[in-house]
Amino acid sequence: MEIVVCVKQVPDTTEVKIDSVTNTLIRQGVPSIVNPFDKHALEAALQLKEKHGGKVTVVTMGPSQAKDALKECVAIGADEAILVSDRAFGGADTLATSYTLACAIKKLGKVDMIICGKQAIDGDTAQVGPEMAEHLDMAQVTCVSKIEVEGNQVKVEREHEEGYEVVETQIPVLLTVIKSINEPRFPTIKGTMKANKKEIPTWTADDMEVDPGQLGLKGSPTQVRRIFTPPQRVQGEIIKSDTAREAAAILAGKLLTAKIV
Amino acid sequence: MAVIVNKEECIGCSACISACPFGAMVMEADKACITDACTVCGACVDTCPVNAITKESEQAAVKIDKAEYKDVWVFIEQIDGQVKNVSHELLGEGRKLADAMGEQLAGVIIGDEVEALSKEVFASGADKVYLVEASELKNYSTDGYTTVFAGLINTYKPSVILIGATNDGRDLGPRVACRVGTGLTADCTNLGIDEQTGLVAWTRPAFGGNIMATILCPEHRPQMGTVRPKVFKRPEQDFSKSGEIIRVASKVKGQGIRTRLLELVKVCTTSCNLEEAEIIVSGGRGMGKPENFRLIEELADVLGGVVGASRAVVDAGWKPHYHQVGQTGKTVGPKVYFACGISGAIQHVAGMSSSDIIIAINKDADAPIFKVADYGIIGDVAEVLPALIEEFKKAKAC
Amino acid sequence: MQINLTDEQKIMQKLVRDFAEKEVAPGAAERDEKEEFSREIADAMGEMGFAGICFPEKYGGAEADVLSYILAVEELSRADSGVGITLSATVSLCGWPIYSFGTEEQKQKYLVPLAEGAKLGAFGLTEPNAGTDAAGQQTIAEFKDDHYLLNGSKIFITNAGEAEIYVVFAMTDRSKGVKGISAFIVEKGMPGFSFGKKEHKMGIHSSITNELIFQDVKVPKGNLLGKEGEGFKIAMATLDGGRIGVAAQALGIAQAALDYAVKYSKERVQFGKPIAANQAIAFMLADMATKIDAARLLVYRAACLKDLGLPYAKEAAMAKMFASDIAMEVTSDAVQIFGGYGYSREYPVERLMRDAKITQIYEGTNQVQRMVISGSILR
Repeated sequence: MEIVVCVKQVPDTTEVKIDSVTNTLIRQGVPSIVNPFDKHALEAALQLKEKHGGKVTVVTMGPSQAKDALKECVAIGADEAILVSDRAFGGADTLATSYTLACAIKKLGKVDMIICGKQAIDGDTAQVGPEMAEHLDMAQVTCVSKIEVEGNQVKVEREHEEGYEVVETQIPVLLTVIKSINEPRFPTIKGTMKANKKEIPTWTADDMEVDPGQLGLKGSPTQVRRIFTPPQRVQGEIIKSDTAREAAAILAGKLLTAKIV
Repeated sequence: MAVIVNKEECIGCSACISACPFGAMVMEADKACITDACTVCGACVDTCPVNAITKESEQAAVKIDKAEYKDVWVFIEQIDGQVKNVSHELLGEGRKLADAMGEQLAGVIIGDEVEALSKEVFASGADKVYLVEASELKNYSTDGYTTVFAGLINTYKPSVILIGATNDGRDLGPRVACRVGTGLTADCTNLGIDEQTGLVAWTRPAFGGNIMATILCPEHRPQMGTVRPKVFKRPEQDFSKSGEIIRVASKVKGQGIRTRLLELVKVCTTSCNLEEAEIIVSGGRGMGKPENFRLIEELADVLGGVVGASRAVVDAGWKPHYHQVGQTGKTVGPKVYFACGISGAIQHVAGMSSSDIIIAINKDADAPIFKVADYGIIGDVAEVLPALIEEFKKAKAC
Repeated sequence: MQINLTDEQKIMQKLVRDFAEKEVAPGAAERDEKEEFSREIADAMGEMGFAGICFPEKYGGAEADVLSYILAVEELSRADSGVGITLSATVSLCGWPIYSFGTEEQKQKYLVPLAEGAKLGAFGLTEPNAGTDAAGQQTIAEFKDDHYLLNGSKIFITNAGEAEIYVVFAMTDRSKGVKGISAFIVEKGMPGFSFGKKEHKMGIHSSITNELIFQDVKVPKGNLLGKEGEGFKIAMATLDGGRIGVAAQALGIAQAALDYAVKYSKERVQFGKPIAANQAIAFMLADMATKIDAARLLVYRAACLKDLGLPYAKEAAMAKMFASDIAMEVTSDAVQIFGGYGYSREYPVERLMRDAKITQIYEGTNQVQRMVISGSILR
């Protein structure tokens, strides 16, 4: 199976803090990581490769330091990696990003399956996967928690508010996966050494067939009007009491009186 | 568009460096410099004390006649003939937008034999309903619904589209937006009209909930967004209202639908349908061990609520992921949210900040959860929860 | 002289650090409390190839350098020193002698599974009456045509019971004294080979320490490691290298203690300011950091010498002696900085202090290290 996994290098937003004085983001010292959802996507791809043979290629669109994310994916087991990078891609929203990635994937040739993480933990939009599928005119299933492939038939479980759906489709298809799908493996020592030596090509706008009007800022219908820190909820009251029992009684009393419960 | 630093004005104070959420600003020779990572969000523009940073406009490459696009549409998501709550919430909000814009509000109903749903759509404030019915459209499918929706957009040219940010909504939204070549803003928690431009201003959390971004879609139509359920209230319904039903034939062919729903397995009906719950009792690692989660379950039971869990608890395998509340789990907006043994990390709060009342129980007085809670008890959940359960049992009995 | 780590070494270090932080650190306190060895962690390390870092590819290794392996031991020890020594004993004390003195057949049969992480290893030298006086071996191996009959016991053996492969020393010829000791590869499961009581120790609770008991164990002739009589030489050479591993373990413990102490001193407020604002504390931290850095340079230097194929026995002894001594000092200072909380089991530093002590004792007590160093200087 020819599988492509799209990954993104993101700041570890679980480590980001807000400066309580200036109310701005403290980005210093926040490490860059492979988007956690993408690690699950890579693991799913590797498991399919182990079962059905083939090749796993990881692709990312980003600045040159995104190569570190690709190297980590190779250390985990990806066969090939490609960095898609060009100043022209800068400032892209999800439409322009998905278009650029789709152009890169078209250049790769025959692809059976594209697996993406459901969302990136910085943008949190969960849009690039489906938009890529549209650019490539491919079937899509989002929020996948299980993948089974038999020949050309693909059967997946898709998360749903009340449980999950069992959906059948065919190769080629684009899937976005959620965390419960698997436990991502760690890179191995040998994989890390191999990844370190690996030449990872960079594809610029000139290397692919692209319509310049659909790249970067020019190709982005949405714009950021402003960024601000979320308004703090006003802290309520802390119920003080000597014993847990008393505190519980007071709380229950308040909630019942105010008809909150 | 680009963000430019006027190097002569720049005093090298570095305020912009820390303001940039993307780490795209660096100091070079005591002047601020913008790197490739810039996304033109403009956060630095506001922080500069000497106004040395400006955001320049560029002519848009695409020019469409925006005047041709009118009206606010809401996608009416239905399953098994039931309209989802979020669609009504969006009709309520859509009504406000339509009124502010001086235009009409329409519901888009796609399915099989679903005409009867128009009644409640009108009752929630819609002026029109676009109805597309076909047996192939009985269940949601990406291909079927995208084709229908894109067709409607191309024919009827709406100015604004609101879709509930449900699993299906977030599957459909991007596909449609891409097909018609427009901008989509995901998972909005606030909507408004931007004073300066008259455009819809879409506000949403990013960076795991650490920041909020307000997005505009200036040159492309329709302006689209998926909106988080339970952020807006269901409007009062008036069943005396009615409106125009525009029936449109479906051009979808069976072979055009590349996915097939084999079965819908309901794992949770009430027990983990957090999105629709009025009361959620949630537990975190502070519960101590998985066995203690029965206290959470008991309290939820007594109150008629649903059990939630923090990411740590789900990662540790104490509870399946259906219960996870947070930026990468489920986002919820119940009337009451009990956070028990949950520290209150931003990613968790981002998932439940739309709750009306938050109650926190944690033995760590410094836990961030207390900053967002309306009521808090600093104590051991193992002692407080049984006492609470008893109090509510007593109250129920009388 | 290259002061900085190479890119490859840095990547290796990051890989192990990420694993240690995510998979090893979280359960460390619980494992210490319950005196629990984690086979899952050992197997995970195996799968990632940690045990094969510095062995050649043809034996299942990654062919990286000794320093990379030492960095791994340090990072693991920083999270849980019991896990660090589990790796160190397998690689330095079991894998290395087989690699250096074994036949091709022995390497294929025993080194490969160790390097590939499928099996754990152990080193059986110490006996109730033969500690520092390692030559006083009382375990006997009697030659009987096609096998040796092993009888005796070993104590304080790291990985005993969990390891599948053991390098064991025994007396084959009493009359020759030290030159009558031989080395053998013994497998778990060989009839007569059993394990005695689990040692309840002051620290490194997540490492198993146990007795080996040999009752008429038939060890095949082909399992003799090296030649008869070479055992003591093999043991000493092995310990020379193993020392660097223990030094790395001590270094990891000390670093962890410093990290906790720095963090705590910034957060703990007394008299209206963090205690780090007091020079008494800041100066303690300065001394701790300097000692650790000095130890680090000694440890890395010893590893580099080994990589270059140069003699390293004296430098390894210096590294082990110094790193373990400062680890004891630094961890004690860390407890001091934490004050009353430092003495409590709820905080991690007292565990580090208990863990540090053994590094001054095993793989040659620090007194033995001084014998090695002075012996080398006074030659």
